[in-house]
Amino acid sequence: MQALRRNIPALLILGAILVGLEVFVRAANVKSFIFPAPSAVWAALVANWNEGYRIFPAARVTLTEAAGGLALGTAMGLIVAFAVSRFPRSRDTILPLAVAINAIPIVAFAPIANNWFGILSPYSKMAVAGSLVFFPIMINVLRGLTDVDPSALELMRSYGASPGAVTWRLRVPNALPYFLTGLKVATTLSLIGAVVGEYFGGLTDTLGRVVVGAASALRFDITWSAILVVALAGMGMYLLAVAVERVLIPWHPSVRGDQPA
Amino acid sequence: MTTSPTGLGAPVVSLKGVGKTFGAAAAPVVALADINLQIGEGEFVSLIGPSGCGKSTLLRLIGDLTDATAGTVEINGKPARQARLDRDYGIVFQSPVLFEWRTVEDNVRLPLELFGHDRASQTARAQEMLELVGLTEFAKRHPYELSGGMQQRVAIARALAFSPSLLLMDEPFGALDEMTRERMNSEVLSIWERTGITVVFVTHSIPEAVFLSSRVAVMSARPGRITRLVDVDLPRPRGLETRESPRYFNLITEVREALRGSEGGSTEATLASPERTAAEGGVG
Repeated sequence: MQALRRNIPALLILGAILVGLEVFVRAANVKSFIFPAPSAVWAALVANWNEGYRIFPAARVTLTEAAGGLALGTAMGLIVAFAVSRFPRSRDTILPLAVAINAIPIVAFAPIANNWFGILSPYSKMAVAGSLVFFPIMINVLRGLTDVDPSALELMRSYGASPGAVTWRLRVPNALPYFLTGLKVATTLSLIGAVVGEYFGGLTDTLGRVVVGAASALRFDITWSAILVVALAGMGMYLLAVAVERVLIPWHPSVRGDQPA
Repeated sequence: MTTSPTGLGAPVVSLKGVGKTFGAAAAPVVALADINLQIGEGEFVSLIGPSGCGKSTLLRLIGDLTDATAGTVEINGKPARQARLDRDYGIVFQSPVLFEWRTVEDNVRLPLELFGHDRASQTARAQEMLELVGLTEFAKRHPYELSGGMQQRVAIARALAFSPSLLLMDEPFGALDEMTRERMNSEVLSIWERTGITVVFVTHSIPEAVFLSSRVAVMSARPGRITRLVDVDLPRPRGLETRESPRYFNLITEVREALRGSEGGSTEATLASPERTAAEGGVG
């Protein structure tokens, strides 16, 4: 209830923008291929939900690819972050490599991934999504594992705690907020990765192909409706990450808000 | 335990010719030089000195959190490293260093978990410790819900949870306001009197050192040395009357003058005799 009340201003502004656009497009007689009216986008969305461009089945495939890429990239990011924090001397070798990989433009990697893992296979899109997800997860988790209060390390040393105990009772809980920050960024990145992968070829019933196909046919009402679905899916995944955060780190300042001390 | 419990048995802490040098061999920085100090069972000894005199380093040497580069550090007759692994001491830092993801009770439980105590005895002991520091009703809260003074009390409860024979405190109340600090001082004394634990307490507050201690070790800087040991013969239990007694003010003056005397003049030959005092200042 309170969350709803907090979001009222955002919803009102969104509504005002939609109404404004509708009025402007109709009054100025803007051509549909320049900018379709919100009502036309809605109509296209409903009309193509299950047939024609089949937006709903496409969204299911794209979301699956994004989720797979998110899982893959997160797993890889966690593995590398733990390895580097466990063997600090590997840091100078692995980090520049990771930065270099992260600097490769996604549009360059997407056709290569399609070539490697099969243009029609969901795994090629997961690879693209995963490569985008990897870096923010790795760099945040590494930060969280190593950015530990020196006094806390001294405390653990005073107990004669084993390296394993230091990792599980201190470093991992310390890294949790950092991980979740990375995860929030990664959710939307995984969708971008999946759609870009599809853009360079793939099954017809994917959001990336719907965008490409509808745009080339000058059906921008459908393009916009597909974009709308991508945006809503990204929002949904982000909110899921926020919910996970609330469950896992209720004690963290970013989650607990302004409760009295 | 109404009088100073100095010298009840074998020394808990024994420092002989202890030195600590930082940096490269070409340009060494001498942090501590020729530290000799014996601390008996049940004593409350404060280390006081200007910032940079190495008092915190000395505390870390006792706790084997850093290595001495000269001399020997022994706790309960064992090398410092063995004493640490035997969990002979508990430590309280300047900041509470509570794990914010754990409740108050789970923070106190932490050392017991690491030492493999069973869960039921962990809970019983944690509750007992929280009762000792008067925080029973906050057991299920998280650290952020507590004031600075309360957080430091949790840190004390955690340090005492596994009944170590020695308590090391590194400017534990330095970040607290004067009123809270005085209240915490009385609380620490009452815990010390009830448990009979040996305490080494680092501070830069002269009144705090005098009020708490059975002995005050006055240190000088560059290199860090113990220049004077002041016996604090104020009667116990100490309280408000202590803080208002003339003897208390005399001792504060004595420590202050010892500090001033040690300032910048530590290499002068005139200070040779206070050092001798320090060397002989062990348990009789």
